[in-house]
Amino acid sequence: MSLLELKNVSKIYGSLHALDHVSLKVEKGEWLAIMGPSGSGKSTMMNIIGALDKATEGEILLDGVDIARKNDRALTDIRRDKIGLIFQQFHLVSYLTAVENVMLAQYYHSMPDEKEALEALERVGLADRAKHYPSQLSGGEQQRVCVARALINYPEIILADEPTGNLDEANEEIVVELFRRLHMEGTTLVVVTHNPEVAEVAQRTIVLRNGRVDHETINENFTGKIKHITLQ
Amino acid sequence: MKKRKMYIRMITASLLRRRSRMIIALLAISIGAMILSGLVTIYIDVPRQMGIQFRSYGANMILTSDGDTISGSQVEAVKKLIPEDKLVGIAAYRYETVRVNDRPVMAAAADLDEVKKTSPFWLVDGEWPAAEGEIMVGKNVADLYNLKVGKRMTCTFAPEVQAQTEDDGTEEIVPDNWMDFTVTGILDTGGKEEDYVYMLIPDMEELTSQPTEYDVCELSVSGSSSELRKISDEITDSVDGISARLVKRVTESEDTVLSKLQSLVLLVTIVVLALTMICVATTMTAVVAERRKEIGLRKALGASNGSIISEFMGEGIALGAFGGLVGALLGFLFAQAVSRNVFNSSITLMPWLIPLTIIASVVVTGAACLIPIRSATQVDPALVLKGE
Repeated sequence: MSLLELKNVSKIYGSLHALDHVSLKVEKGEWLAIMGPSGSGKSTMMNIIGALDKATEGEILLDGVDIARKNDRALTDIRRDKIGLIFQQFHLVSYLTAVENVMLAQYYHSMPDEKEALEALERVGLADRAKHYPSQLSGGEQQRVCVARALINYPEIILADEPTGNLDEANEEIVVELFRRLHMEGTTLVVVTHNPEVAEVAQRTIVLRNGRVDHETINENFTGKIKHITLQ
Repeated sequence: MKKRKMYIRMITASLLRRRSRMIIALLAISIGAMILSGLVTIYIDVPRQMGIQFRSYGANMILTSDGDTISGSQVEAVKKLIPEDKLVGIAAYRYETVRVNDRPVMAAAADLDEVKKTSPFWLVDGEWPAAEGEIMVGKNVADLYNLKVGKRMTCTFAPEVQAQTEDDGTEEIVPDNWMDFTVTGILDTGGKEEDYVYMLIPDMEELTSQPTEYDVCELSVSGSSSELRKISDEITDSVDGISARLVKRVTESEDTVLSKLQSLVLLVTIVVLALTMICVATTMTAVVAERRKEIGLRKALGASNGSIISEFMGEGIALGAFGGLVGALLGFLFAQAVSRNVFNSSITLMPWLIPLTIIASVVVTGAACLIPIRSATQVDPALVLKGE
């Protein structure tokens, strides 16, 4: 059984079909990239998979459970328990330190554990920046805090929306490397990106156009090998 | 780490690390609480303050005897019936007609220290009599006899028995008593008091050769008309031979002014309370509006509406409590300043008003937070995280 399966999913705003009968499967431990031009439906798809928005029609099976018809409260529980989100704009709470931002996800999920949050920051190479506020961190560092926050609750799937969109090349490479490591550890990744270089390191890429899956490519060269990038 | 600890950590961080916004909210709450606490203090203290002010208009209770005179023991008995903090002054007068330059003048004897308290509006040119042999004369008397401060005058008193029969049957004329006095002050009241001369009780006793019995007793008592009525009834019931009555024109006008003033302060308090609520609600709305992304993020991370409400309400209550405490203390200073400038007297801190102000502030802040918090729960994370 696939971890995530979309069956004829549509999202309609008035006369606009943001998603038009999209079907898709994501296997457990898979790394999928979603590409497409602006307005192709990438973000809409991301919001629907991330339980942030509801589909107008179709089925969305996450771990075998159809989340398409769930109410707001149930969707909140699904986001909390099964999904890790990474945003282009990072979205860290400005008045909380890096470690507190990671603990925030634990707070809503189960029980805050500072030691565990520090370990997550260590995994993304930010152990020494744990007590820094977002304004004291570079864009790349903020995104790494965001990654640590997304993985802290061991979600079924991590969804990243343009994770390197606001990063320079060096930080982009660091974040991609983090994804590679997460994938190696068995994490399921769905990454929306404009950047072909980010997409080509994924196992599989689908390209959306006008709300439909235009085509799909399998990365024949996918090795999943970790490069030796210093995260510090 | 327990969830509660993280909750407190988040709220503390939000309040302390977003200082500029929180200071504005705190300022709004503190000023509201300050005015509220200050006005309540004034509202409660107004009767006492105004009572003291009203007492400068003279006595508001008169004691008369059911017989001829009032004894010193009756005056003492009345004194014991009135609470010390309510009794401003009690002046018992004895009146006798004396002669000055062979013309009759009404002389009054009293404890002049008490007269100063019951009649603080009397204007005295010179000094009040302080020692035996000193006298204060009314302005009309001074004009009539051309008396000035420092001049000496003689008062004569004709005893009731003009002649007495000796053992041998002859009749002997009893001579008039007389005493020399030094004028220490000229009394100017604009009233009938200017036709009198005022001396100390021992001088009157010496001049008349009679122990003192009083003709009338004036009291200055602070309190509302109902309190005064209660006291006067108690005096009439408890002290034999004494009737107490209120000077209605004084007590009733006091009541009218007092109730109007209290109504005004109450009205202002209610208006301030409403304005505070609007101000806090506006500030909290602004706080929520600028934190829509943060709320969206929290919801995206799995925060329930209950969590969002408890976090924002926690901040509101913490702000309300701290603002209430600051406001209560500032309110006392505000009330003190008003009291000193308007009533020329100080007020004492009412400790119970501090927790009451904090509770009122927390309730007002909590109520003011309800609408913005409700809008916080309606934030759509998908929209705000996209920046829409």
